[in-house]
Parts: sequence; C-alpha cells; structure tokens
Amino acid sequence: MIVEVGHFALVLALLVAIFQMVVPAWGAHVGDERLMRVGEPAALCQFGLLGISALALTHAYVTSDFSVANVVANSHSTKPLLYRISGVWGNHEGSMVLWVLILALFGAAVAAFGRNLPETLKANVLSVQASIAVAFCLFILLTSNPFERINPAPADGNGLNPILQDPALAFHPPFLYTGYVGFSIAFSFAVAALIEGRLDAAWARWVRPWTLAAWMCLTVGIAMGSWWAYYELGWGGWWFWDPVENASLMPWLAGTALLHCAVVMEKREALKVWTVLLAILAFSLSLMGTFLVRSGVLTSVHAFAVDPQRGIFILAIMTLFTGGGLALFALRARNLRQGGLFAPISREGALVLNNILLTTACATVLIGTLYPLVLEALTGAKISVGPPYFNMTFGPLMLPLLIALPFGPLLTWKRGDILGAAQRLMFAAVLAIVALVLAYATFHRGPILAPFGLALGVFVMVGALIELATRVRVGDVPWRESLRRLKGQPRSAFGTTLAHFGVGLMVVGIVATSAYREEKILVMKPGDTTQLAGYTLAFQGATPRTGPNYREQVGGFDVTRGGNDIAVLEPSKRIYDAPPQPTSEAGIHPAWRGDLYVVLGDNQNDGGFAVRVYFNPLVRFIWIGALIMFLGGAVSLSDRRLRIGVPRRTRRATAPAPAE
Amino acid sequence: MTRKQRRGALIGVGVAVLTVAVGLVLFALRDSIVFFYTPSDVVEKSIAPGQRFRLGGLVADGSVKRGEGAKVAFSVTDTLKTLPVTYEGVLPDLFREGQGVVAEGVLTPSGVFVADTVLAKHDEIYMPPEVAKALKEKGVKLGKGAAHPKDTQSQRD
Repeated sequence: MIVEVGHFALVLALLVAIFQMVVPAWGAHVGDERLMRVGEPAALCQFGLLGISALALTHAYVTSDFSVANVVANSHSTKPLLYRISGVWGNHEGSMVLWVLILALFGAAVAAFGRNLPETLKANVLSVQASIAVAFCLFILLTSNPFERINPAPADGNGLNPILQDPALAFHPPFLYTGYVGFSIAFSFAVAALIEGRLDAAWARWVRPWTLAAWMCLTVGIAMGSWWAYYELGWGGWWFWDPVENASLMPWLAGTALLHCAVVMEKREALKVWTVLLAILAFSLSLMGTFLVRSGVLTSVHAFAVDPQRGIFILAIMTLFTGGGLALFALRARNLRQGGLFAPISREGALVLNNILLTTACATVLIGTLYPLVLEALTGAKISVGPPYFNMTFGPLMLPLLIALPFGPLLTWKRGDILGAAQRLMFAAVLAIVALVLAYATFHRGPILAPFGLALGVFVMVGALIELATRVRVGDVPWRESLRRLKGQPRSAFGTTLAHFGVGLMVVGIVATSAYREEKILVMKPGDTTQLAGYTLAFQGATPRTGPNYREQVGGFDVTRGGNDIAVLEPSKRIYDAPPQPTSEAGIHPAWRGDLYVVLGDNQNDGGFAVRVYFNPLVRFIWIGALIMFLGGAVSLSDRRLRIGVPRRTRRATAPAPAE
Repeated sequence: MTRKQRRGALIGVGVAVLTVAVGLVLFALRDSIVFFYTPSDVVEKSIAPGQRFRLGGLVADGSVKRGEGAKVAFSVTDTLKTLPVTYEGVLPDLFREGQGVVAEGVLTPSGVFVADTVLAKHDEIYMPPEVAKALKEKGVKLGKGAAHPKDTQSQRD
C-alpha cells in the first residue's frame, strides 16, 4: 500500500511539475502576477510529493518489502539498517528518485527563500527548474520505476554489492547529487535571464549562493568518493582518472570557474555573457555525468551494464537542455549589455585567467573521457586513456593556475599592481623555497620536480594567509588595530582564504603521496617481519572471524617503529553472504606524516599470504584540504550579504514591481 | 590601453592557453593511450613485442599457477586463442578461473604477456563490457550473467 502511495505521489509530482513549468512562465510572459505566483506553492508541493515518494521507497527498503522488485534486486534482510537506507540510492532507480528529490529541494528553496527576487525572474526560474523535473520524472516513470512489484515475492533479496556497504559511500551519492543538481539552479537562473533579456549585478548576487552551495557539496562528494576508493578498493590510490570520476570532476571544474566569474559579474558587471555560458555548461556537464554513468557507455568500476534504452532517454534529456540552453544563449547573448572595463593586470584579469585555465583543463578531461568512445564509434578500435594522459595534460594546466592563485586576491579591481602583489608574496616565496630545499634534503628519490610541487603547495597556502594579513594590514598598523580589522572582515573574505589554503594543502598532499609513496609486495608466513618507511611489520598469521553479514579471514600485523608499539593492523579478506562476493578490507594506520596501508592477499601454496604494504606520505592532506575548501565555502555562504540577498535599494532599482 | 587592446590581450592569453592545451592533448593522446586486444587480436594483428596494451578475456580454467613469492602465472583466453600471462602482485578480489579479466602490460618476444596491472570487475557474474563485446564478435557464447546485463544490478552511484 505504502509503495503504491509512493508511486502515486511520483505521478502527482510529475503533474505538478508540468503545471509549474507552464503557468508561471506564461504569467511572466503576459505579465499576470497571479499566474506568476503559483510557482511558489507548486514548487513546495512538488518537493513534498517527491519527499513522500522517496520516503515510501525508503520504507520499503527499511522493512525489507520483497514484493518490490527494486528492493529484491538491491537489498537483503540481514543487511544493517544504515545500508538498507543507503541501499535506496545505491542502485539506478533509487538514485534517480534521489536526483529529482534534490532537484525539487532546490526549487522549493528558491520558492521559500527567494522572497526578494523580482517576480518575473522568480517565475521563470521556477518554470525552468520544473521543466528539468518533468524530464526526469518522466524518465523514472517510463524507464526506471523503483516501485514495480514482483509476484510472487521471493523470500529474500539479492543484497547490495558489498563494496557499497560502507559509511563513506552511504553519504557519497547524496552529496555528489546535491552538487550536480545544485548547478541546475544556476542553469535555471541563466535561462530565465536569457528569456527576460536582463542580466545585472543583482542577478550574479542571487546566483552565487546557490552555485556556492552546489560547489561545496560536490567538493565533499568527490572527496568522499576518493576517500572511499582509497580505503575500500585496496589499491592504495585515491584517484584513478576513471571515467566516472572524471564525470564528477568536470562539473566541479566548470562550477569552480562559474563561482569565480560570478564574483566579477557581481562586483564589476563584467563578463556577463561568459558567466551565463558557464552556468549553462556547468549543468550540462552535470547532465553529461549522469548520462555517462547511467547509460553504460563507459567501462568503469561504476558503470556496469545498464539498459541502453535509459541511456538514450538521458541522452535526449541532455541534448534538450544543453542544446536548448545554448541555442537560447546564441539567440539572446548579444542583447546583454557589456560591463565595466578592466586592464589585463587586475583582479578581473586574474579571474579571467582562472576561468581560461579551469575551462581548458575541463576540456582536456572531457576529451580524454570521450575520446575512447568516439574512436570506437569511428574505427572500432578499443582503447583506454589512462592516468598518463591526464597527468600530461591536466597537470601542466594546473601549474600556472596555482602560481597565479595567490596573486589574484592581492590585485585590485580594474587595474592591479603586480609588483606590489609580488612584494607582498615575498614571504610566501621564501617559505616555498625553504620547503623546496627541505624536500630535496629529505627525499633522495622520487621525481626531480616533486619538491617544486611541494613548494608550490606551500606558496599557495602561505599566499592565502598573506592575503588575509594584507586585508587587516598586519605590520602596517598596531596589533590591536589589526585584530579589530580582522573582526570587521566580511565572512566571505575568510571563506576565500580558507578555500585557497585548502587548495594549497591538497596540492602538498597530492604531490607528496604521488612522488614519495613506498610500496612493497611480498609473501609473508606467520612470524615473518618486513620493513617499510621506518615501520616494522610482524605478521601474526590469519584467523577466521564472522561479521553480521559476512565471514572474513583477518590477518594480524604488529606494527612497531624504533622499538615502540604503534598499532595492530588487521587487514582482511571478506566473503559476504548476500551476494556472495569477496572484498578486501585494508588495514590502515593513519598518521600526520602518512598512512601505513596493508592489504592481505591470497593464500599461497606454501602457507604464506601475499601481502601488499604501502606508505602514503601526507595522503590525508588531500581530503583535509577538500574539507577546508568545503569549510571555506560554508563560511562564505554564511556571509550576511549572501544570506539576506540583495539590499532593498538594488531591488527597487531593478524590479519596479509592487512590494509584497 | 584602449578597449580593443585590452580585449586583444585577453584573447591572446586565451589563444595561448588553448594552443598549449591542444598541443598537450595531441602529444598525450599519441603517447599514452592503450589499445585493447583479445588473444585472437594479438595473433591476428601480430602485435609487436614491447608495445603496451590491454589484454582482455577469460582466465582459462586450470591455468592459474602460483610461483615464487607473489608471482602468479595464468592464461587469458577468448576460447579461440590463449595467451600465457605472468604477473607479480596481489590479484584483485574477483580474480577467478573462468571469469572475465583485463590485464595491462607488454608482450615479451617469447610470447608471454607480462602484466603490471590486472583488473577484475566488482561483480560475481559481471564481465567487463569490452570483453563481453569482443567475445561476442568472435562468436563465443556467453554465460547467463553476461548475456543478461540487467541481472547484474550493482553499480556504485
């Protein structure tokens, strides 16, 4: 019964979305305020209905209702509660329900919090948002209905793929989807602005918080996925340039570019056309990510066999929205008034450079991801484009970006003083050189350029702090005055500093772990010891153990360093009950200087076990860096200016509509 | 600077970055792509030793032999042709005789494929699509799992 209610709510949500797509836009077109205003309750209602639908599906999972085909395929009665819940979005159908739910959530948020948006803009935004919901509701109902019943109901389900039964992965999809789908708001705003033909600084100010929120979630979502891959897949790596990873990285790159150029538009009314184009592109790349994962055209650890019909449907949706958005852009963009002038060396100039480099990097990732598909379609040759390609193209493009990063915020708008900025960054440069020398002195191996990478990371980190110090004029004025100024800084200033600091930290982590990783593969018998990175590992043998829904063989490793006990690591090989599938659980000893990472391999003929031991220096900096970037976004989002939207004065000037 | 000059400077930077990027992409695509072959392809196309490629197929039944240390030898077959493979390291969890596998490495002059990476996908009855497709092209009958992709509902989303 509850399942049918969920199904029915989904159908109703589709109808409400169709209504919301047509009526407010029509109202905006003919200038009828009553018609425009129905967008708000419709958006809230649509969200409510989709919420009911998602709850009904979750209920079916939690109570293990095996009369529902989707639950049978992806759940099992012995599964812990957390994974029964996360199982809802651990499969195609359920994840699409989550997708539209988040889409509707953003629409509802615009309806609820966008009180000071001009009526017509708001009506158009809600209409565009609803049109996306219509497409995806149809997609779910026609090709991937999660509420389909199965008769007779089997006694138990097939279970969730064990590698997905993991806390980080339970929350990875919701964050990732919030990021993906969040860009739909930027898209809707862009399309609405093109429909109206009006685009001003206030528009950028409305778009920024939504983009920022989406970007934050995407950052955390990607970081979680990477963290999961690191400890769960047992390869010791954190990023594989896997097509599906790329599918999430591309919207992130475009979103990061959008975030920065929206600043220019808000402050200086420049780069309007470019901002709108990026907003359309960021969401298009999100749609493409969905398409690539869902259609099964890619060979990847994520994209397993999927119904091609669904792929064609999503391809149609993608073509419609990307094509429609770009066509509208081509028609209307020339009407947008040009904004303020600026010299190439200026804050604007730096942000333009940021945009050029980020979008180009995004394009190289796109080419690397799609090239195998195109080549196979054209010539039939099957190839794979692996990490070497991406390291060779993406890396060199990030280099100038990171060098320029600390300069950007130190330049003034319109015309900047690059020498002055360089002088202020002297301290950062000195620390970077110290790091360089230290790195050469410490590591006598690894790529010759790696210490430069570390130095660059330090430069970015210190540069971010210097920017804040410059703002509060540390050194120029007494300490007390600096402190007072620090309190007076807008939160977005702290956000910038934090986010840029996080980037630097991440660079240090990436370079250190890529260049100085140590690895050992060997066969160990009980009693054997081995050494790596200063640690001594003594293998105590493997013992069987039983978990809630798996059996495992647990290896015991006593880890000592300089005679001191450090940890006991217990990597294991698990066999899950349902589905009966083996996984490896790595034993990890985390520390600031790096992770000791042990994987238990196969039992050899002579009673020994194949064992893989890694030492990944500073690897945690990667995820901590991402977390700091997220925090930077959060602090910036809490800025009063973004939270309360646009001051009244601007609103009156741009929207001579009657007061509410 | 006039407006025109400013725009020129911006466009110049953009074009420069794009040129560098295009150069890098072309260079990288020529040097770092890896072709995918089945054992039959290796024989038919007479792949030269030393060239890096991905070998895909099924792990031949009864072919897995553990050597000294972490060394392991097995054969990859598409049921028409079979190629011996050696690998040193820990095999993936799902590596099993009769299952689909993709190995990356080089062919030695003696005709042994020395793999440095072995991939087996995350599903019991799953076969890497490229393997399934290649096998199908060779007219090999596939097992139930691969023939009905909808049966394998396991994606990481």
